[in-house]
Amino acid sequence: MRHLVSAAVVILAACLIVRPVAAYEIEEQRTFGDGPREVSVLSTTDLAAIDKVMQDFAATRPDLRIRYDQAASVEVFRAIHDEGAAYDLVMSSAMDLQMKLANDGFAASVLPRMGRLPSWARWRDQLYGVALEPVVTLASRRGLGDLPVPRTRRDLIAMMRENPQALGGRVATYDPQQSGVGYFLISQDSQESDGFWRLAEVMGRLNTRLFCCSVDMINELRAGRITIAYNVVASYAARFTPDDPDLVRLVLEDYTFAIVRSALVPVNAPDRQGATDLLSYLLSDAAQTRIAADAGVALVPGTGPDPSVHLRPIRLDAGLLVYDDQLRRAGLLAEWNAAMVQR
Amino acid sequence: MRPGQARPAGFSLRRRLVWQFVALSLLLVVALFFAVRFAAERASRASQDAVLGAAVISIGDGIRAVDEGLELDLPYATFSMLGAMGDERIFYSLMIGERLVTGYQALPQPQQVPGDLSPVFYSDDYKGSRLRLAAITRRVLLENRMQEITVVLGQTRYGQAAIARDTARGALWIGVVFLAFAVPLALWATQVVVRPVDRLAEAVTRRGPHDLRPVRHPAPRELLPLVGALNGFIARLRGALKLAETFIFEAAHRIRTPLSLVRTEAEMALAETTDEAVRVRLRRMVRAIGESSRSATQILDHAMVLYRSDQFSAAKMDLATLARSVLRAVDPLAELRDIQIKADGLHHACMIDGDERMIEVALRNMLDNALKYSNAEGAIHVALTRDGGMARLSVTDQGRGLPAGDTDLTAQFQRGDNVGDIVGSGLGLTIVAEVAMAHGGRFQLLPGKEKGACAILYLPLS
Repeated sequence: MRHLVSAAVVILAACLIVRPVAAYEIEEQRTFGDGPREVSVLSTTDLAAIDKVMQDFAATRPDLRIRYDQAASVEVFRAIHDEGAAYDLVMSSAMDLQMKLANDGFAASVLPRMGRLPSWARWRDQLYGVALEPVVTLASRRGLGDLPVPRTRRDLIAMMRENPQALGGRVATYDPQQSGVGYFLISQDSQESDGFWRLAEVMGRLNTRLFCCSVDMINELRAGRITIAYNVVASYAARFTPDDPDLVRLVLEDYTFAIVRSALVPVNAPDRQGATDLLSYLLSDAAQTRIAADAGVALVPGTGPDPSVHLRPIRLDAGLLVYDDQLRRAGLLAEWNAAMVQR
Repeated sequence: MRPGQARPAGFSLRRRLVWQFVALSLLLVVALFFAVRFAAERASRASQDAVLGAAVISIGDGIRAVDEGLELDLPYATFSMLGAMGDERIFYSLMIGERLVTGYQALPQPQQVPGDLSPVFYSDDYKGSRLRLAAITRRVLLENRMQEITVVLGQTRYGQAAIARDTARGALWIGVVFLAFAVPLALWATQVVVRPVDRLAEAVTRRGPHDLRPVRHPAPRELLPLVGALNGFIARLRGALKLAETFIFEAAHRIRTPLSLVRTEAEMALAETTDEAVRVRLRRMVRAIGESSRSATQILDHAMVLYRSDQFSAAKMDLATLARSVLRAVDPLAELRDIQIKADGLHHACMIDGDERMIEVALRNMLDNALKYSNAEGAIHVALTRDGGMARLSVTDQGRGLPAGDTDLTAQFQRGDNVGDIVGSGLGLTIVAEVAMAHGGRFQLLPGKEKGACAILYLPLS
């Protein structure tokens, strides 16, 4: 009998060790520090953007080793929501998906030191904003040529309407079907202004190219294959703007969204304490100053420039849940597709 | 004689009152906590239900049937508002029959079919949280068929619980502060309640030894039976004392008359007989009868003084005149024993407020005493002076004086240790002291300068 039980335990253990291969897609992976304790992070944030902050944290905590997995926001959501992947900290710019994870009970209650983090940038003790990221429009000075730099969406629409030859195939934006952030941004746009659908139609007529990520758009823009990139997360562009005089960062004056990149500790996190420490560090003034320098605006007051009057930060609250509704999503994407694919 | 101590009943009225007050306050605080918590929970549940109901209706209003099927405009503001109070988790579902159209899978459905105007509310568990849910139905024309869509919206009630908790905690703090005030308040209230008892006790304690008037001190209604009982007791005591005094007075009076008759008879017999032995016996007899009659007189005097102290009424009088007349009365007795009485200060009037008969009795007793203890051919010095606001009348003799260390001979029937051979009742000085006290004066008995004693009576001047 005892042998039988032992055998069963061995078989069970074997089953646990041989885990199924992750079905979600990891784009890049890096390890910071070489301590014995591993803290795993799943994040949408580009490695190049977070590199310094993570190295700083690893330097202060020699007992930790941070495994950083970068993935698209939809993949991040799927990994946690559907596949139960075990990560210690989940960071994403797709506010609606992060909100849904927290609302659906995937986030643990943790209490990091959060300094002066504004109350609108967190939800209960589960979801904490770690960065404010303006969503800007990028333009290439070379590509624009004689055209004036648009200041509002109305200017942008007019310019695109009047210059189909110059701009045809040279406009880019997020693909809302591939990118969680992209979908979130068009739903915000459509809610903010009825004029957005006119913009979408004009963009559709110009055979706008759709991308999964901000980085790709920036690369194409720098390569001179694109003139205007609509809805780009500013922190990605920040790394190039100072050295690249060709890159124009447009903060449209009618409104410019600022999304909150947020982090949560999943309920099944193997090292909840390690994750909380990392989160405390991310919310510290030192890390926030570095993040704000990249984003061009401070989430925690005093760590960087205050938001400009055109900037419209989006709050972390339960209202975000409506964007993930299947019916609503289907309706919105149908409308988007109709605008994009004309003729 | 110490007053008898009552046996304590094992508890203090004051402490018991304080404890009861504090215990009652504590009970009130606990009751307040639960009452406020209950009321806050009900109030916040009612208001949140109203918001939840409005939210589910607004979601229902966002459903539209279009050519491609169902369209839903899920209102951002509604969700934002729902979550506002305490960051609530929100779940919703749209079902057609058993089929999920959108929202959360397996969200608890209402037991009864809700109408389309007013939502039904219920509570259930979902994804590890207790939810408050509201449901409503909407009928839409889908695929040429009227279909009923059930909209369910649920939210957690962390905020409601927190509000109820915070409100109740606030009430508890108020209660604790109240309690902190209640303890000194209870002490004070008890003090106020018990004070009339203390005052009454004080008033009764303060009374003189002969004060047997009924207690007229104002007493609270609750203490009236006690005061009534006390007064009844005092009345009985006074009756008994009066009876005893009357008896003694009567007895002394009745004895004195036959005694003087016997004395006269004995003196006549002494005059008539020549037999020396019989004369010696008769002399002893006369002397004994004299002492007895003196004692009877003193008892009568004492009774009279007590009576007049009770019914004290003073009038203006001259102490010097009175002293002179008393001196004249005792003069024959002094001459009989060759005792010289020297008087000073009796020629100036000395007005006092007093009862003439009482003072006369007092002076007579003082002189009697001085004569009694003076040797034959001795001298007695009477002096009347003024001392502060008092008239000071001293009678100094040259007799045997006072026993060492014993000057309180004013108590009833108390006599010095050195007077065994002289008959006396021990009442004389008691009478003097009582007269002094009734007049608001005092009586002192001091040893003389070389020998003898000095009796001093102080009476307030008018």
